[in-house]
Amino acid sequence: MTGRALLSVETVRKAFGGLVAINDVDFTVKQSELIGLIGPNGSGKTTMMNLISGALKPTSGTIRLDGEAISGLPAHKISQRGVARTFQLVRILPSLSAVENVIAGAVFGHIRAWGDDAYREAEVLLERVGLGGRGSAPTGSMTYIDQKRLELARALASNPRLLLLDEWLAGLNPSELKIGIELIRDLREDGRTIIMVEHVMDAIRSLCDRCVVMSSGVKIADGSVHDVLNQPEVVTAYLGADDA
Amino acid sequence: MTRFSEKEQRVAAFALLGFGAAAAIPLVDDGYYLSLSVNIAMYAVLCTAWTLFSGPTHYISLATAAFFGIGTYTVGLGIDSLPFPLLLAIAGIAAAILAGLVGVATLRLSGVYFVIFTLGLAELVRQVVTWLQTNFTTSVGLYVFTDMTEKHIFWMLLALAAIVYATGWLINRSRLGFAMRIIGNDETVARHVGIDVARSKVILFMVSGAFIGITGAILAPRFAYVEPPSAFNPVISFQVVIMALLGGTGRLWAPLLGVIPFTILFDRISSSFPNHTSLLIGVAFMAIVYFLPRGVIGLIEDFRKPRAGKAGTVAPVPEAAE
Repeated sequence: MTGRALLSVETVRKAFGGLVAINDVDFTVKQSELIGLIGPNGSGKTTMMNLISGALKPTSGTIRLDGEAISGLPAHKISQRGVARTFQLVRILPSLSAVENVIAGAVFGHIRAWGDDAYREAEVLLERVGLGGRGSAPTGSMTYIDQKRLELARALASNPRLLLLDEWLAGLNPSELKIGIELIRDLREDGRTIIMVEHVMDAIRSLCDRCVVMSSGVKIADGSVHDVLNQPEVVTAYLGADDA
Repeated sequence: MTRFSEKEQRVAAFALLGFGAAAAIPLVDDGYYLSLSVNIAMYAVLCTAWTLFSGPTHYISLATAAFFGIGTYTVGLGIDSLPFPLLLAIAGIAAAILAGLVGVATLRLSGVYFVIFTLGLAELVRQVVTWLQTNFTTSVGLYVFTDMTEKHIFWMLLALAAIVYATGWLINRSRLGFAMRIIGNDETVARHVGIDVARSKVILFMVSGAFIGITGAILAPRFAYVEPPSAFNPVISFQVVIMALLGGTGRLWAPLLGVIPFTILFDRISSSFPNHTSLLIGVAFMAIVYFLPRGVIGLIEDFRKPRAGKAGTVAPVPEAAE
């Protein structure tokens, strides 16, 4: 897992008024790496994702994509540089058909496909996430996992350099979870660089090269999954201290 | 998304037929019915242009009177020195510039703030024009004498309507149109797939404003005497909203379904009950909102639903929570 850093987060801080949600966090993600961003509820994981994708601007610190600073840019500019994401609460475009939902990811962002090419690519992606042949289906009535699949296809449609999955596996039942994990494993094998925020530890164990653990806005651990999950600080963050 | 479907060919043929028939109206009558037709054509252009922006974004703009008045005044000021077609172009550009400035300043505002701002803008422009005229010129109004008659105005409006429809159709097929559909669904997603949401809205607002400005310019010869209360009449802003919503904003041609019945209704009410016009229009408006919340188009689609069920143009979506 050697390679250059695709994403580097450098002493990034985000304060909402007096509340410091992210407290001078540093980490890097190498090309083709899949890292898990974990931590208890409220530890700042989703805020971190929002800072990387441009939904929020950091109070201080710098985020670089391939050496170029992207922190402070509006979300659409960051998207155009090759960062795509899914949302913690799934966000599909209900009045658009499934295939149009996917095309939406391809038209304005990192690649700028249009017309028949975009359509064909979208069909391929739908097939890949397990929605083959359902391109014209109305999306509002899709099941939860299908909506999640659709959102993933939309994120992949821009052929992103960095893919952010914000609890993409949350809320799936055990058999769906298995399918979901396989899908992400597939993406990793393509060499896609991914950051996943996740609570499903099985997924973290079986998928991630490396883990960054956050607690109360601070990075408390960074390393291989096995090492990290056995560190006392991490155990404390999740389970509480003995005298708590 | 990129081919001419059979349906599009049918619509195009139907539209050509409709425009052809409408263009013949002045040859049949040049009195009451022509005058009514001018009103219908005017509101058709205004409402369709308004819907170009407000349909996909769900922003209710009450700035119609401002753009319209700018167009009328462009002609009033320039009619003695410049050719009329050039004035139409200037009117469009001036209205687009105003729309661009307003857009940059306000489209970050959402919901009711935008509505109030646009209403205030129309009034502000009217007051500024009045102030300029009373302080720097000899009279409050301007005379527009031309040899244009109702039928010329009607044909110009018809041509402009054709351009508006063609523009709307092209936008719907373009990246901009697709971007607007995504924005109408979910602005957060739009930003994260790489759409510059503010820029897209401003561009569309400018296109919409330009067409409204040109309409005001075309109508100037009909006024003959242009003064701020008639050129910047806020009633125009409200009627455009009412008619467009009556027709429906989900499709390009839907506003027309509101314009035709409402213009005729308005004409009947104002000729039969000249003293109670506002009252009856108000009642009519409430009835429309209550009984036809999705407009005439919604009614038609309800009838067609059993065999339709295809995803396509924008359906009204609840305001996405920020």
